[in-house]
Amino acid sequence: MLNASGTNKLEEKFPDLHPAFDSRQAMVEAHRCLNCFDAPCMGACPTHIDVPRFIKKISSGNVTGSARAILEANVLGASCSRVCPVEVLCEGACVMHGRGEKAIEIGRLQRFAMESYYDGGGTIPLRNRAEQRQRIACIGAGPASLACAAELRQQGFGVTIFDRRALPGGLNTYGVAEYKLRPSDSLREVEMVRGLGVSFVEQEIDAAALDAMERDFDAVFLGVGLGEMNRLKVEGATKRVVDALKFIASYKTGSITRAPARVVVVGAGNTAIDAACAAKRLGAETSTIVYRRRQEHMSAFAFEYEHALHEGVGFLWETAPAAVREIDGVVELGCVKVTTGPDGGLRELPDSRFTIECDLVIPAIGQSPLLELVEQVRGVTIDRGHVLIDRATGQTSNPRYFAGGDCVNGGREVVDAVADGKRAAMGIAAMLGERTEARIG
Amino acid sequence: MADLTTNFAGIRSPNPFWLASAPPTNCGEQIMRAFDAGWGGAVWKTIGEPIVNVSSRYSSVDWAGQRMMGFNNIELISDRPIEVNLREIEEVKKLYPRHAVIASLMVESKREAWHEIVKRAEGAGADGLELNFGCPHGMSERGMGSAVGQVPEYAQMITEWVKEAAHTPVLVKLTPNITDIRTVARAAKRAGADGLSAINTINSITAIDLDSFEPRPNVDGKSSHGGYCGPAVKPIALNMVQQVNCDTQDGPPLPMSGIGGVGTWQDAVEFMLLGCGTVQVCTAAMHFGYRIVEDMIDGLANWMDEKGFATLDEFRGLSLPRVTEWQHLNLNYKIVAQINEALCIGCELCHIACWDGAHQCIHLDRVEGPVDGHVEVHAKPRMYGAETIAVTRIPKLDPAKPHTGPYKTSLERIPRVDETECVGCNLCSLVCPVDQCITMVERPTGLPPQTWAERSRAAECAPPEPALKR
Repeated sequence: MLNASGTNKLEEKFPDLHPAFDSRQAMVEAHRCLNCFDAPCMGACPTHIDVPRFIKKISSGNVTGSARAILEANVLGASCSRVCPVEVLCEGACVMHGRGEKAIEIGRLQRFAMESYYDGGGTIPLRNRAEQRQRIACIGAGPASLACAAELRQQGFGVTIFDRRALPGGLNTYGVAEYKLRPSDSLREVEMVRGLGVSFVEQEIDAAALDAMERDFDAVFLGVGLGEMNRLKVEGATKRVVDALKFIASYKTGSITRAPARVVVVGAGNTAIDAACAAKRLGAETSTIVYRRRQEHMSAFAFEYEHALHEGVGFLWETAPAAVREIDGVVELGCVKVTTGPDGGLRELPDSRFTIECDLVIPAIGQSPLLELVEQVRGVTIDRGHVLIDRATGQTSNPRYFAGGDCVNGGREVVDAVADGKRAAMGIAAMLGERTEARIG
Repeated sequence: MADLTTNFAGIRSPNPFWLASAPPTNCGEQIMRAFDAGWGGAVWKTIGEPIVNVSSRYSSVDWAGQRMMGFNNIELISDRPIEVNLREIEEVKKLYPRHAVIASLMVESKREAWHEIVKRAEGAGADGLELNFGCPHGMSERGMGSAVGQVPEYAQMITEWVKEAAHTPVLVKLTPNITDIRTVARAAKRAGADGLSAINTINSITAIDLDSFEPRPNVDGKSSHGGYCGPAVKPIALNMVQQVNCDTQDGPPLPMSGIGGVGTWQDAVEFMLLGCGTVQVCTAAMHFGYRIVEDMIDGLANWMDEKGFATLDEFRGLSLPRVTEWQHLNLNYKIVAQINEALCIGCELCHIACWDGAHQCIHLDRVEGPVDGHVEVHAKPRMYGAETIAVTRIPKLDPAKPHTGPYKTSLERIPRVDETECVGCNLCSLVCPVDQCITMVERPTGLPPQTWAERSRAAECAPPEPALKR
């Protein structure tokens, strides 16, 4: 559907969910912050950004210092300010709740600081450090690897990031709802990391490439994320079943510009919400989420659910897809009503089969682990699909390999990946430092 | 219903709220609108030989996102001809006979000039005269304004000249830009003044532009010290007003019209409790317009009704006996901070304020159950590292962080006061962002009241202490 001006631009369909603060608004909000001692918001942030510090710098007019304080803790502070579920992180921990007041809008303040800084030509400040001899390879160019690479470069190590996709940034570039983060924002941040001296190589990693890496690099960081999205396990098939991440990447990269009239999304996680809302904004008349359990079981954050309702997304609870077929251009999604028993198991209700007619089915029922790659790494232990690491250092059971992000935690937030990546970088640096000392000794 | 009518040194007005001599009282049209809005009186913008003002005249200090905590100006007295001002006084008085119109005056330091202006102002119908001995900029360089107000002899001489000619009450407006404001108040008393008004504005430079290095207000790249006023100066004004109103040297205190940061009825009540008969307002009216007087009248009347005061005289000066010199304060009175755990939101501002800015008695060492005795733990901001891993909580996967204690805030974030070390300084209760969360409570010492003056007198009478043995 074309809009009033006759254009069909993505940004007009996906305006910012939380519009940016102007400087006056930022100033007023920054002044609300109580400047807690040992602030709970800082503890709640996986990257432990010193929130009162950066907010007070906004209120003193020191936006440069504010952005640098954020970057000190979190090199992807700009994208995190847009994509973080702040309601369950920093803002959720804000003491203002105890006073019956709205939490300080930390996310929007962070975005104000970061965007003012980058718009004004600011870059990630380089630490004073000696260049190190060792080199590290990061596999995957998503947030975990970017954070790992940035920290390692800051400590003087040579870093190369490998990714099979044309554009770096991982899900920040390809997978975040457009009204939260645009690829251009993600790529600007990638350029900041590149500016530290990190190299990026577009390459599919296979066994041979891994062998070469072990030869050429002193340590390898696995920030590979997750694999394909889980397939819908139903009878029948049609081409009009497109998984949520593919759907999101397609509209973000412009390969689709509109959604058909009737869209059904299967699953009720945050990605399902993103896909269902995107379908509405891309012109779908109806966008319905089908979920086999009830509202209280959904893994999407409560505010994401509220947002979906606001966008006009419909919900069918306790409904499980059973079959799919396409007849005369119409997709028929056969469903059954199910109920959750006291043991948590699902039970099909008798004679409850019904059919939903639609034009597109988008499964959003989780991503499978990227086992085909990580299983090729010798000595790296996989536990129930996740790479097993030492939480404090990110080190895997093969001491030269470290890991972080979705491949370790099964799929969490950008900020969790950043924290993992940075911890791993410090783990790598400590390991390589010890080795150097041992050699000298 | 409380009666707000005022008789101040013989000047009558329907309420004690007067506009101070300043831009809001520049002309008759403004003052009539002000009276319509409810103001009881107005002190006309100082009348004298017209001056030329500069362009760019005001500057202010913002604080914590709020505008105009403090305000300053480099404007001089009226730039309108004397006859125009006098004609308008006459018009205003004709239309508003019940309201007080006070002519603020400033002419060169010549007896004839003062006699002349007094006669003309009274001839126009002014209810009283206010001698502007306070203007801190421009006029003082010409031997007027604060140049007079800073020298008691000059102030006395001119007041005497004015009293020779005046038939209406004469008020002397005092400058705060002096070591002891009482010296000029006494001079006015000696000269027979009928009342005082205080304080005039305080010498100030409000701000420097960090890009151009120019002070504000900027007049073609330069500025001059201006007169500071607004909410920021109220505590200074209250102190000076109290000093003057308690001073009995050279005669009993004169009626005082309080000036300095009055913007609400509460401010006005404070000045009146320290003995003022009326208050004068400028900055607040410049910020929000004449309409602010509606709540000043309403709030004052409601407060008086609640307290059972029928007239202003019934509470004027009630707080004066409670201001004393430090040496007369009771050294055996002890209060300590008490934290209401149920209200605490865990910001820990009291803790860091006490540790860094006071007496190190508020601790972050609460544990489950009571803490016995004296625990000294100097909490530092948590060091975040690999050992303090936090993740985005997914309700299905991650258990909620355990909440300790019976209060809405987890026990480890609620500070604890060590009463044996607390000196009762109030700092924690001042920084606490939650009303009534930290209160200061009395801990009787069991000792009779004793002041420093009494203690030192007692020491003088006591036998000398034995010399310390080496």
